[in-house]
Amino acid sequence: MEAIRTEKLTKYYGKSRGILELDLCVQEGEFFGYMGPNGAGKSTTIRTLMGLIQASSGKAFVLGKEIREEKQKVLEEVGYLPSEAIFYQGMRVGDILKLSARLRKKDCKEESDRLCQRLELDKARKVEELSFGNRKKVAIVCALQHNPRLLVLDEPTSGLDPLMQREFFQIIKERNERGVTIFFSSHVLSEIQRNCGRAAIVREGRMVACDYVEALARANAKRVMVRGEIDMAWFGRLLELEKENGLQKEGGMQKGTGLQKGDGKGQEAGSGIYSMGIRDLKKEGDAVRFLYAGDINQLVRGLAGQHILDLSISEPDLEEIFMHYYLDGGDGK
Amino acid sequence: MTLVRHELRQGRVAFLVWAAAISFLMAACVLIYPEMEGDMGNLGDMFSSMGSFSEAFGMDQVNFGTLEGFYAVECGNILGLGGAFFAALCAVSMLEKEERGHTAEFLLVHPVSRRRVLTEKLAAVLAQVALLNLAVLAVSSAALVSIGEEVPWKGILLVHFAYFLLQAELAGICFGISAFLRRGGMGIGLGIAAVMYFLQLIANLSKEAGFLKYVTPFWYAEGTRIVSESGLDGMLAGLGMLYGLAGVLAAYVKYGGKDIQ
Repeated sequence: MEAIRTEKLTKYYGKSRGILELDLCVQEGEFFGYMGPNGAGKSTTIRTLMGLIQASSGKAFVLGKEIREEKQKVLEEVGYLPSEAIFYQGMRVGDILKLSARLRKKDCKEESDRLCQRLELDKARKVEELSFGNRKKVAIVCALQHNPRLLVLDEPTSGLDPLMQREFFQIIKERNERGVTIFFSSHVLSEIQRNCGRAAIVREGRMVACDYVEALARANAKRVMVRGEIDMAWFGRLLELEKENGLQKEGGMQKGTGLQKGDGKGQEAGSGIYSMGIRDLKKEGDAVRFLYAGDINQLVRGLAGQHILDLSISEPDLEEIFMHYYLDGGDGK
Repeated sequence: MTLVRHELRQGRVAFLVWAAAISFLMAACVLIYPEMEGDMGNLGDMFSSMGSFSEAFGMDQVNFGTLEGFYAVECGNILGLGGAFFAALCAVSMLEKEERGHTAEFLLVHPVSRRRVLTEKLAAVLAQVALLNLAVLAVSSAALVSIGEEVPWKGILLVHFAYFLLQAELAGICFGISAFLRRGGMGIGLGIAAVMYFLQLIANLSKEAGFLKYVTPFWYAEGTRIVSESGLDGMLAGLGMLYGLAGVLAAYVKYGGKDIQ
């Protein structure tokens, strides 16, 4: 069953773009990452899924139910952790948790106590006395205490110290093992890489990629570092050679990566990154670093004619892939 | 009822301050009446013959020297203005404060329909307005009894009832406005209550501005008019209730589909 499915989901704020024709699919039981720069449309997607805002067009289904038509039933089974946890002034942590449980018409005391203990959260403290991190803990307990089937987490670890982050991930991994779907929006790509099975990247309101995290990171591109007496003009010649070999005609991502193109714009971004062979070229002293997405034999043959002291070819990390997705038209092009 | 209880707890400090302030002023006014009555002499005639000033405050319509007339003018103004400000502030911030304080996100991701949120919040507003009026009435009645005068209960209760209607009307209108706002509700609420009060003064002063009686609830709730006419203008009060109802309906229509930022 699909935990989340959107069909051409579009949201405009007046004339401003929120999200554009977003087609997203998250299976039940998945640990799904959702990435994008500020203003890409991550929060708009989440707020639409939670029924806080209404889509301009398209549909959003959560746990098989259309959010606009069956919002209450959806929210009964969803736990939401906002990026910024704000509560009513003057209330104690315990009162907030009780209010949240009462609004759900559930007795969550046992689970709430257990979570507070694990997160070292004092229920007697007043909300306004809490640090940002401790307020986040309250929001975590609110999101988890009713044992939801789907957890929507928006930048969940901001404000939490490393120990608490570890405990938090332990808790949500346990939930995920029990079958709970996790929809995890984050800027911290290492978190996505470490925890998520699949991930999607949004840019300017559109989904530009969606695949298994390993596949996204692999993406047939390699991070290359060459140290020695390098003739920079050679890179220009390599570029020409790549073009002649017709790599550009393939367009978009290299075949076989399994990457899903979001739409026409995403495809354009993909082709911008990978068809040209060399990206993110940087010279630092006697070292040259770049992302290479062409024929590796071509690269090795070309480098063979140079005086090389050291050469390393490695997988790029997800952050590099992510940066290149949204630097389309910028430095990365 | 979860939200009603929550709102009553959230608003309890403001409620206690307003209830105490209005009750104290009302009781103080009542308690000084016997002393004033003795010194009054022709003061009542003077108050009722100060031309436009008397007309504006309705003092030309009652005998200021009687307990009923004194109560209608002095206590009417205190309860009228104080109660109107409280009702307007309470209602106008009821929905707006959730967005201003960024708590709407917390509230609305729970499985509660927007309709239920509105209904319980409206109930909380009306409950606070009703409790304020009961508290003020209780304190004022105790003060009236304590001064040993013969209390004209009918007129006094009618004045209190009229002011309750006025507050309910303003609360309904302000509740509707609250659904459209994201911030700045307090200024608007106070402004509406104050403008309505001054419209009544203008309507009292000028016959040409008589149409304002269809606009401001202070006209039908004016204590001096109620005492002098021994009754409440049912048509105008009914119209006022319709205005309040229109505000509430606007809140349901707007808030049901509002994007929460």
